[in-house]
Amino acid sequence: MLKIKDLHAMIDGKEILRGISLDVKPGEIHAIMGPNGSGKSTLAAVLTGNEAFEVSEGMVEFNGKDLLEMSPEDRAREGLFLSFQYPVEIPGVSMTNFMRTALNEQRKHRGQEVLSASDFLKLMRDKKNLVEIDSDLTNRSVNEGFSGGEKKKNEIFQMAMLDPTLSILDETDSGLDIDALRVVANGVNKLRRSDNATIVITHYQRLLDYIVPDYVHVLYKGRIVKSAGKELAQELEEKGYDWIKKEFED
Amino acid sequence: MIALFDENRHLIEQGASPVVNAAREVATEAFARLGIPSSKVEAYKYTNLQAWFKATYRFTPTESGFSGNIDEVFTCDVDALESYTVFAVNGRYYEGSSYTRLPEGVVIGSFAELSVKHPELMHKFYGKLAPADADGVVALNTLLACDGIFVYVPKNMVVEKPIQVVNILTGDTDRMVNQRNFIVIEENAQARVLFCDHTLSNSRFLVNSVTEGFVDASGNLDFYNIQNQHNGVVQVGGYYFNQETKSVLSANYFTLNTGVTRNNIFARLGGVHAENHISGLYLTDKNMHVDNFSFIDHAMPDCESNELFKGVMDDGSTGAFTGRIMVRPDAQRTNAYQSNNNLLLTDNARMNTRPQLEIYADDVKCSHGATVGQLDEKALFYLRARGIGKEEATILLMYAFAYEVIEKIQLPGLKEQIRLLVEKRFRGELDKCDSCIVCGQLNDKILNASV
Repeated sequence: MLKIKDLHAMIDGKEILRGISLDVKPGEIHAIMGPNGSGKSTLAAVLTGNEAFEVSEGMVEFNGKDLLEMSPEDRAREGLFLSFQYPVEIPGVSMTNFMRTALNEQRKHRGQEVLSASDFLKLMRDKKNLVEIDSDLTNRSVNEGFSGGEKKKNEIFQMAMLDPTLSILDETDSGLDIDALRVVANGVNKLRRSDNATIVITHYQRLLDYIVPDYVHVLYKGRIVKSAGKELAQELEEKGYDWIKKEFED
Repeated sequence: MIALFDENRHLIEQGASPVVNAAREVATEAFARLGIPSSKVEAYKYTNLQAWFKATYRFTPTESGFSGNIDEVFTCDVDALESYTVFAVNGRYYEGSSYTRLPEGVVIGSFAELSVKHPELMHKFYGKLAPADADGVVALNTLLACDGIFVYVPKNMVVEKPIQVVNILTGDTDRMVNQRNFIVIEENAQARVLFCDHTLSNSRFLVNSVTEGFVDASGNLDFYNIQNQHNGVVQVGGYYFNQETKSVLSANYFTLNTGVTRNNIFARLGGVHAENHISGLYLTDKNMHVDNFSFIDHAMPDCESNELFKGVMDDGSTGAFTGRIMVRPDAQRTNAYQSNNNLLLTDNARMNTRPQLEIYADDVKCSHGATVGQLDEKALFYLRARGIGKEEATILLMYAFAYEVIEKIQLPGLKEQIRLLVEKRFRGELDKCDSCIVCGQLNDKILNASV
């Protein structure tokens, strides 16, 4: 589904990703862990097409297509989803209008008919129940005045609405209390299928108690320095990142 | 100009209200002294009217130059908003449109006719607000004043349906239009008045209009000006309001299309516990120029004013905003808030914004803020990352920026109309003569026939 080969990316002339390779297959959950500043969020930003970053080397293939050639909107339309670390508040754009526009643009891209108003509202209702978010959140402007937890739940709600094939959760657990964390994790688990995949980016192991990964990768200084099964997350939780830093110091 | 007046003096003064004629004396002297303001006049720093008044226009003060039938040119879709509709064509009240019977005592009609019929109102109010001795364009308007719209709502009367004034510019010749409007809302009375400004022909127009509005104690006036004219229009709109004790005025200005627009919006809070809400939204592109000059005069204690102007500016368009707030020594416990926010879509668009607060009382709450910025790149990326194309995302954000002003509309039918028009405008689908704001579609066939 996703093939990353030797990906290098920089911002303001500084290289942040220094040769990342990763292979994600349908049905898999990959966790990417690492100390602050290791390049985790940069990887998410580069994959979704944030123009602040410049890809200097490498390639990314998504469902057989060259991902790096696509605009951010085309990546989303092809089935890529990013749960933002810092969801943006957009006063004046209602959640309903936002979701209807996004969903219908994606449907048009796939040659599907746009949803009727009643079908759309039904879908909203179903997905709201699925991810357990408060009804009134969708009556408001996009993320406006939402608490940190509400914003993250809203990201998962959008993920449910858009039904992507590959979701990247960028530090979705940061700043979440345990109840919100459980809601977010439940949502992700319910959306899991054999034909979609998830990349969970996190600093802490806690989220991985709820979303159990098939693979754990440790990112350090822009490279994946260690890959293993879910037990690696536990090891990092116990030992911290210092042993990684020592082992892979340049 | 004065020569023009002298030539036409007989025509202009004949049959007019003695009060209106008397005011011409002062105006003549003032106009000779002031002339049309250039950018050297501080209040007109960003809009050099002299440049715009140089072109040649036909001027026929006592006739509209229109002989067609407005009902044929202009079809009304009353489903959108049921209203009392009257027309002014090239500044002249247009007889012949039929509307539902007015509530008892309410008067709506021709300024020329009603100013003669109601000398008591004229003596009491006419020329009391618009500064004919201090502003050259007001002096000129007063000098040439013949007709316009007259609205009178007597004490305790609530006019349920909105009063819609459709100001139409039309004809084959380039024309100067001088319009004088007069609104009196008596004690504890209420009305909603909409001015919709349109062009129906491709001629150029220079419009100098003055509206005086008086809201007596506990009165309520909800006023809207919606301007959707072609880019050959230069319009100076003066709106001068006075508010008495416990009155409420809200005045909302939507500039959707124009050539050059200068709004002079003055409100004097002349009684205690009066409430004032003024807002504006201007959407500019190409070479449009929109200058909103406002002056809120807190003359009495315990009043409140809220002012919000927003602009979305594209291409090489230019704009200006001046927000003067005066808090006079007696006006203790004043609350006065003002903001002006601008979204510039290109590097070539230019905006000048200047808040001017003068506070002479010591127990007041005042705030002002002015911003000029670009589209929020983070928000744009967020929308695109959900699959919304760049162009669509940009329109969503432009609309989001404008919506705060649209939300201030208190007429439900109108709010929906303006929402649609603003969205169409952002998509570039709103032509100069695409629609009447409240009344529906123009008839293209008749539009092309010469009138």
